[in-house]
Amino acid sequence: MAANPSDGLTVGAGHGRLHLDQLAVGAPSAVRRLPAAPKLAGLFAFVTVVAVTPRWAVGALVADAALVVALVVIARVPALVVLRRLVALAPFLAFALTLPLIGTGEQVDVGPVALSVDGLWAMWNLVAKATIGATAAIVLTATTPVPDIVRGLEDLRFPRVIVAIVAFMVRYLELVADQLGRTRLAMTARAHDPRWLWQIRPIASSVGSLFVRTYERGERVHLAMAARGFEATMPVTGWVTPIRRSDVVVALLPAVAASTFAITIVIGT
Amino acid sequence: MLAMHAPDGFLEPQVALVTALASAVVVAWCLRRAADELDDRRIPLAGLAAAFIFAAQMFNFPVASGTTGHLLGGALAAILLGPHVGTIVVTVVVVVQALLFADGGITALGYNVMNMAIVPAFAGWALFVLFRRVLPTNAAGVVGATGLAAGVSVVLASVAFSLQWLFGASAPVPFDTVFSAMVAVHALIGIGEGMLSAAVVAAVLAARPDLVRGAQDLTPAQLGDGDRVKARTFVIGALLVVVTFAAVVSQFAFDDPDGLERVAIDQGFIGSARDHAFGGSLFADYATRGIGNEQVSLAVAGLAGATVALLVGYGLASASRWPRTRPTG
Amino acid sequence: MRDLRFRYPGAAEPVLDGLSLVVAAGERVAVLGANGSGKTTLVLQVNGLLEPEAGEVEVSGVRLDRAAMRDVRRQVGMVFQDADDQLFMPTVLDDVAFGPANLGVRGDALGERVTDALGAVGASHLRHRTPHHLSGGEKRRVALATVLAMRPALLVLDEPTSGLDPRGRREFAEVLQHLPAAQLIVTHDLPFALATCPRSVIIGGGRVAADGPTREVLADVALLARHDLELPFGYPPPR
Repeated sequence: MAANPSDGLTVGAGHGRLHLDQLAVGAPSAVRRLPAAPKLAGLFAFVTVVAVTPRWAVGALVADAALVVALVVIARVPALVVLRRLVALAPFLAFALTLPLIGTGEQVDVGPVALSVDGLWAMWNLVAKATIGATAAIVLTATTPVPDIVRGLEDLRFPRVIVAIVAFMVRYLELVADQLGRTRLAMTARAHDPRWLWQIRPIASSVGSLFVRTYERGERVHLAMAARGFEATMPVTGWVTPIRRSDVVVALLPAVAASTFAITIVIGT
Repeated sequence: MLAMHAPDGFLEPQVALVTALASAVVVAWCLRRAADELDDRRIPLAGLAAAFIFAAQMFNFPVASGTTGHLLGGALAAILLGPHVGTIVVTVVVVVQALLFADGGITALGYNVMNMAIVPAFAGWALFVLFRRVLPTNAAGVVGATGLAAGVSVVLASVAFSLQWLFGASAPVPFDTVFSAMVAVHALIGIGEGMLSAAVVAAVLAARPDLVRGAQDLTPAQLGDGDRVKARTFVIGALLVVVTFAAVVSQFAFDDPDGLERVAIDQGFIGSARDHAFGGSLFADYATRGIGNEQVSLAVAGLAGATVALLVGYGLASASRWPRTRPTG
Repeated sequence: MRDLRFRYPGAAEPVLDGLSLVVAAGERVAVLGANGSGKTTLVLQVNGLLEPEAGEVEVSGVRLDRAAMRDVRRQVGMVFQDADDQLFMPTVLDDVAFGPANLGVRGDALGERVTDALGAVGASHLRHRTPHHLSGGEKRRVALATVLAMRPALLVLDEPTSGLDPRGRREFAEVLQHLPAAQLIVTHDLPFALATCPRSVIIGGGRVAADGPTREVLADVALLARHDLELPFGYPPPR
């Protein structure tokens, strides 16, 4: 919880105003051109390898970080965009910074302060892996329009019902968020500016009515689907995303590289 | 706060893997059950509900004089939509947050889904059902049960995280430090969550009571009956409960660690041997090192874990049999 | 439609009470009536989204009942009032493909249907856009395309001009005029009805209260007044 001016419009949790169509930014690049499914698989593989890499394999993790930065450059994602989207990590990075101070175990003297050795390693581990993982995900979303990501999940054979729910959620997210924002605005305009928890009834009431409206929209959407012939399962279009072998290879390169770094360092020790 | 939307590397890989598998199994099961409950409507309804939960989570509500908090929504989703659909909905929200917004690590999805979706939805539902048994069978009863269940569900989520820390700590912070810090903070967060969830359910009950799955057994007469709980009363009441609970527990556990240990031994949670309670490589070294009194911590872990597991299990079981009675006409 | 009767659960009065209406192939009919007169209820009966208490609906010679639902829904295309309810897929392309894909059309044939439908409404350039970011008029046209892709015999439109600016209305009217399907247009927008539909019916008292050439129906100010209808302020009755 952070102190926040309650202007009614500030949307918290680090997301800011939602603009799903602006998630994919930057100029065309080789990364952008890759189809979504291999990119997603490549991301999952890479992040998994990084997470499994032992913290003492410093060289490997540093190489992974360099690799991710290289990806940011190749994908032509503006650095500011990456930094802005890394904001969600802030509380965890702050926590990581305290670890050398609060950590138990062997201590080492750094200048006037006694720091925990394990705490230092833990700080390194968390900062490295969290940042690398988040940046890799940012590269993906910055180079892949949201509908393509959804199609990518489908191509990767995720359960069709889940993919469909994700698609619907993403489609209506901005609409619902806008409605909520407008309700808050209307309330603030009528001088309702609550500062204490027990004054939330009107806000909660508006959230409740938003749920009702959203649910009713869900019922109407279902009617519209039925009117267009929907029965129980989402239709199959028979359209296939052209995925070349080379796309898959390219997309898996980061994961292979990270594995190589890790194995090299581990074997060398 | 720190127990939610955890990034990659926050917990060790073995915990990430085990929780991922467990979460996948539970979510898959929820899909099957949701298909029975909602048939072909589940896709648009779950999708829209997920959009709602996501939006509601973004929304900050005042806590005290400029400070704001956020809704987690797991218990609320379960009470409105039923625990199966509720779990699916919050799972989708968590996955999309990780994938599209880098809010939460992709390798952390296993425990993030478990802590933000599965535990709050099922344990929250279980608590809701239990509280409804003792509260009056009317709208106020449903609202009160919602508030209490939602508040406690947040604490349980932090307990679940603490237990995961016990097995997969990535930093040398002992389990009891994590546990007490997490539970304390989330007890306070839970008050806000409980209030907001209760107020939202009250609003939905007033407009379209058929949309509150947890109130499906109420007749129109029962819905209209009963007084409304004053918000301030609720907050004060909840604070009192939390403070009392903390006082009792600390009295018991920390002033008299042997007492808690005795209870735990009697109940079979730990053996009476006094050596290394946390022997063996099952527990993370970081989490067990530096613990003041290992027996107590193990007892606390065992009790807490058992509580969460029992509640989630009860939630899973009772969800299938709900509602027990249907209104006629 | 013959002798339709329908009552919403919990309502004292039936909304539709012995309503009968025949629409010929390719005909364009405006459905007028006051709020609550049953216009929307009526059109929801046509493709089976609501079931009548009594009476029957027949589309292209096929009686509407449970078994025939799928066939009828292929023949009847509904464009709802709120386009956001109807555009639920990630992109326009996906939305327009949804209907025919449900009917079993696949691959290249599906691609053709989508292209044709988008072309018919002048929205080909919107193919890859996300529905949320379209303007009101664009959403309307795309919603129409999603239905046209199913090649229906009858189009039913519920308040197609609400929220559109004058240019949007005109463009939409032009699109409708080039479509071969029969059209039932529920609307408040009397000038729009005049511009697009040669024939109008007024719903009142649960049944068809008036049925004739639009020009005549709108010229009869007393008739309109009896059913709480009014020409827009300052708009002279057609002569």
